[in-house]
Amino acid sequence: MSAHVLEEQETPVLWLHNVSADLAGRRVLDDVTFAVQPGEFTALIGTNGAGKTTLLRVILGLQPTSSGIVELAGERRGRRSVGYVPQKVLLDPDMPLRARDVVALGMDGHRLGIPLSPRAGRLRRDRVEAALASVDAIDFADARVGTLSGGEQQRVLIAHALIGEPELLLLDEPLANLDLRSQHEVVALLARVAEERRVAVVMSAHDMNPLLPVMHRIVYLAGGRAVSGTTDEVVRSEVLSALYGHHVDVLRVHGRILVVAGGEDEPVRPDGEEPGSVESGIVSVP
Amino acid sequence: MNALFAPGFFTNGIVHSALIVGAVVAVVAAIVGTFTVLRAQSFAGHALGEVGATGGSAAILAGTNPLWGFIGIAVVAAAAIELLGVRQPRSRDLATGLVLGAGLGLAALFLYLGATSQSTTGASITVLFGSLFVVSMQMVPSIVALSIVALAIVLVCYRWLLLTSLNPDLAAARGVSLRLVSALYLLALAIAVSLSAETIGAVLSTALLVGPPAAALRLTKRPTAALVVAAGIGVLATWLGILLAYDSYTWPPSGRGWPVSFFIVVFVFCFYLLAQLHGRKLTRG
Repeated sequence: MSAHVLEEQETPVLWLHNVSADLAGRRVLDDVTFAVQPGEFTALIGTNGAGKTTLLRVILGLQPTSSGIVELAGERRGRRSVGYVPQKVLLDPDMPLRARDVVALGMDGHRLGIPLSPRAGRLRRDRVEAALASVDAIDFADARVGTLSGGEQQRVLIAHALIGEPELLLLDEPLANLDLRSQHEVVALLARVAEERRVAVVMSAHDMNPLLPVMHRIVYLAGGRAVSGTTDEVVRSEVLSALYGHHVDVLRVHGRILVVAGGEDEPVRPDGEEPGSVESGIVSVP
Repeated sequence: MNALFAPGFFTNGIVHSALIVGAVVAVVAAIVGTFTVLRAQSFAGHALGEVGATGGSAAILAGTNPLWGFIGIAVVAAAAIELLGVRQPRSRDLATGLVLGAGLGLAALFLYLGATSQSTTGASITVLFGSLFVVSMQMVPSIVALSIVALAIVLVCYRWLLLTSLNPDLAAARGVSLRLVSALYLLALAIAVSLSAETIGAVLSTALLVGPPAAALRLTKRPTAALVVAAGIGVLATWLGILLAYDSYTWPPSGRGWPVSFFIVVFVFCFYLLAQLHGRKLTRG
């Protein structure tokens, strides 16, 4: 898995240092620190409400921090180079946009005016075509984007995010609502993007198992706090017990990892934070 | 020929200016309205039209053209909706509804005062159901200028509008200010609705605004094509409406003609039904 060694000497693409954030008076992120290297695949794992979406919005600059520093390598060089695929995008079937129009908006959607120049138009078409090809979306490039399946829409949105040639690609729960086969395709695609284009991929998920073969780093979030490192460093009983504030067991079954809440006599965190779904003793099924 | 085009249709100056003004307004309404549909702001558009009746009736009381009243009040109401309406769609609808109710109450008062004190009985009809055949030539430059402003806003913000309609988070992540897009768009909407109110009336203005785009969106899958088809449908419905309204001067019951707005709205609705049927056939394959 970690044949791709973490290259600590490289300048990180993204660096969060002691970042905290509050939403409506509630601390959603608490002293989060981690760094992401170029070409690295990072999985942001946690249950619903653990702070994954807020963390991605903080990195994008859409959510202000209460304290701490977020550094983006691209921003330091005066170039905004973050691609983003938001959570649960349900594209309207009436939206008069073909897959290729959505991808083109990834290139110039922030610009003013209507694209008219024919020469620029040709260059634009070629780039869009290449971006569509890179996510295997040529077959449905001319279909209305709202009529595509969830997996196809996800690939189009990834092309939308990649066409600006970002150094960092952020995806919020891209596997949610996808069938297993589409999940596998999207994960393979993202791994290829990280590997071939040296794009750092940071994606959130509540289940780490589909990502185990491809991810280099895990950022495990619980109750707004985070630990990060390789899977072997982080997904261990003592590390996660400390994070959750009560005992959890990490079980490895048939190559899958299950994180399971401890016995009844274990102390629950004083602030009453639920360690994920405690029914049947399973804390998420990451 | 005479069966279709009643005598004098092509030589009548009033018909000429109605055809020109009607087409200009239909194009603006269709292009602005395409994004009204995509942004799911039809209710806001409708509210701006009806609130416009307040301004229109006040303008008639004050002795000026109702268009200035429509525009003035619609811009104020758009600002109020934007400021009251925060970001949740539900409170946005609520703010819109409240502004609408207050505005219509005033409109009732002004129309009543106008009818009793100045015996301008035609004012209610003009304000509520439009006056395409009595738009004075003096107003044409103003109508064209306002049209240019509304079209310029939509064309300059074209990609921002598409991106925010697709997904607001995607647009925000690209550094597009959602607040700015929303404010500029509401201004364009206020202008389009006012122009539409001037021609087919405050009550019916939404039909011209969202009808042709709703039909066009069933027929095309490209954004620029949707704008062109919507504009085409709007102009066609307007011209057919003018044609029948002119014919209707020979119709029962009174021989004084049927309202042009009625015909335009009927044609818009027919085009929408046809597009809906066609679209359904397409999706069935």
